[in-house]
Amino acid sequence: MAANTAIARRTALRAAAGAALMFALRPVNAAIATAPILGELAFAYAGPKATLREARVKLDITPLVENGNSVPVTISVDSPMTANEHVVGIALFSEKNPQNDVALFALTPLSGRAQVSTRIRLATSQQLMAVAKMNDGSCWSHTVEVVVTTASCVEE
Amino acid sequence: MARALITMPKSARLGEIIEVRALVQHAMETGYRRDSDGSMLQRDLIRRFSCSFAEAVRSDGTRAAPGTRVVFAATLHAAIAANPYFSFYFRAEKSGTLIFLWEGDNGFAHREQATLMVNA
Amino acid sequence: MLLLLASGSMYAQNSPEMRRSGITYTSPGTQALQADDSQNPGMLWVRDGAQRWTIPSGDARKSCADCHGAIATMRGVAARYPAASPSSGSAASAAGRVITLSQQINRCRVEQQRAPAWPPEHADLLALESAIAFESRGLPMAPPAQPALSAAQTRGEALYRQRIGQVDLSCHDCHDRLAGKKLGGNTIPQGHVTGYPIYRLEWQAVGSLQRRMRGCMTAVRAEPYAWNAPELVDLEAWLAKRAAGMRIESPGVRP
Repeated sequence: MAANTAIARRTALRAAAGAALMFALRPVNAAIATAPILGELAFAYAGPKATLREARVKLDITPLVENGNSVPVTISVDSPMTANEHVVGIALFSEKNPQNDVALFALTPLSGRAQVSTRIRLATSQQLMAVAKMNDGSCWSHTVEVVVTTASCVEE
Repeated sequence: MARALITMPKSARLGEIIEVRALVQHAMETGYRRDSDGSMLQRDLIRRFSCSFAEAVRSDGTRAAPGTRVVFAATLHAAIAANPYFSFYFRAEKSGTLIFLWEGDNGFAHREQATLMVNA
Repeated sequence: MLLLLASGSMYAQNSPEMRRSGITYTSPGTQALQADDSQNPGMLWVRDGAQRWTIPSGDARKSCADCHGAIATMRGVAARYPAASPSSGSAASAAGRVITLSQQINRCRVEQQRAPAWPPEHADLLALESAIAFESRGLPMAPPAQPALSAAQTRGEALYRQRIGQVDLSCHDCHDRLAGKKLGGNTIPQGHVTGYPIYRLEWQAVGSLQRRMRGCMTAVRAEPYAWNAPELVDLEAWLAKRAAGMRIESPGVRP
């Protein structure tokens, strides 16, 4: 109860700053409403002056996770990856893991293609958000919802 | 003894974009788990991974671009799965060496390298 | 009569043509992980073991390769284990006793390398076992015809059908009668031992068949047999016979 109140207050405190952002994060035919904490994290990563829109980034993950210890994810960004126009960073955030930060990737024109795959841990069913930052400072995002099933025969 | 597996082609055409895969052996202990006696397992994570490119030395002994340039890097948190795996891309424009470096808690450091021949 | 009919149909579920590897019950993501050596984390143990194969060890300063040659000579070996141990000429050895592959590795280590045996699930032991099993990938499981092994298989099958623990289930109850049904988020597999040592996502590491069996025993609230207890070796012998002819897929990946 106390924790909920604290989160509500924190959300409210940042509401003014995040209002425009929250609107921008919600795509036209959004199936899900972005969790407030993800909006805050994206905003903090993008920086106060950045524009942030839900486009150009694809966060690819299975919607139904068999075991939360190892979940394959692929993040790809629509970018030519030239010296003039490229992705400089991709941040991956989790809504409900003990820590919201999952990974931060740095890319360069040498990368050639803005696509990264890794395997992550998911504590429970939740939303995940990938935010890509371009060399012109613009930021783009994609939020997805995943369901984590209970593993059988847990050894603990 | 840490082990790592790098998977990438040995050669590429000029301008080709190749996939690079890096897998390393590491428990990525989160600091949130307990052992069978109930005591907390200490956090032990790889914190950073990087892949840099060093251009091959020319036959006259000079290097067009001295030093190395970062291709791809990652900051890892506890939510990266045990035995971290990364796949990323590299634009092959010069022959040279890709240098892979993993660094983390308790002095963890592991280095691998792989050469790439670029055919014009 | 009804009982007989029922058990007959249960048996049919595991007739050779109906047998399925556990990997076929897993998600497409887990299947992809096992199928691709550049992603399969079990390959880290395989590579580790292949390097250890050539490193001199123990008071004898001998490597595995000094006696056996290249690790490629191990092709087919993992397909035969457990097996009756060959006579080594050493009085202390237990020639004729059925032993597992990991016990054979430790036997080499003690008798040939003159080093202390590795404890169960030691990283080096799992690495060597993974590397040896990898050499047999794609080969059919082929337990040899040996009287001692045959007796172990018979004892193992009886244990397999013995209900145990407060939950009162046998291996047979889950892996024959209930195979294909859900337990939590996972599908109960038929329990064929074609992928060991396996990389289990739950473990976040490679582990042995005995670790897997002891985990099952704890799950049904039974007291697990001690590591390398004769009962576990007998169970391994039966499970190898039960999977005879199926292709080895080590290093397997499971949820």
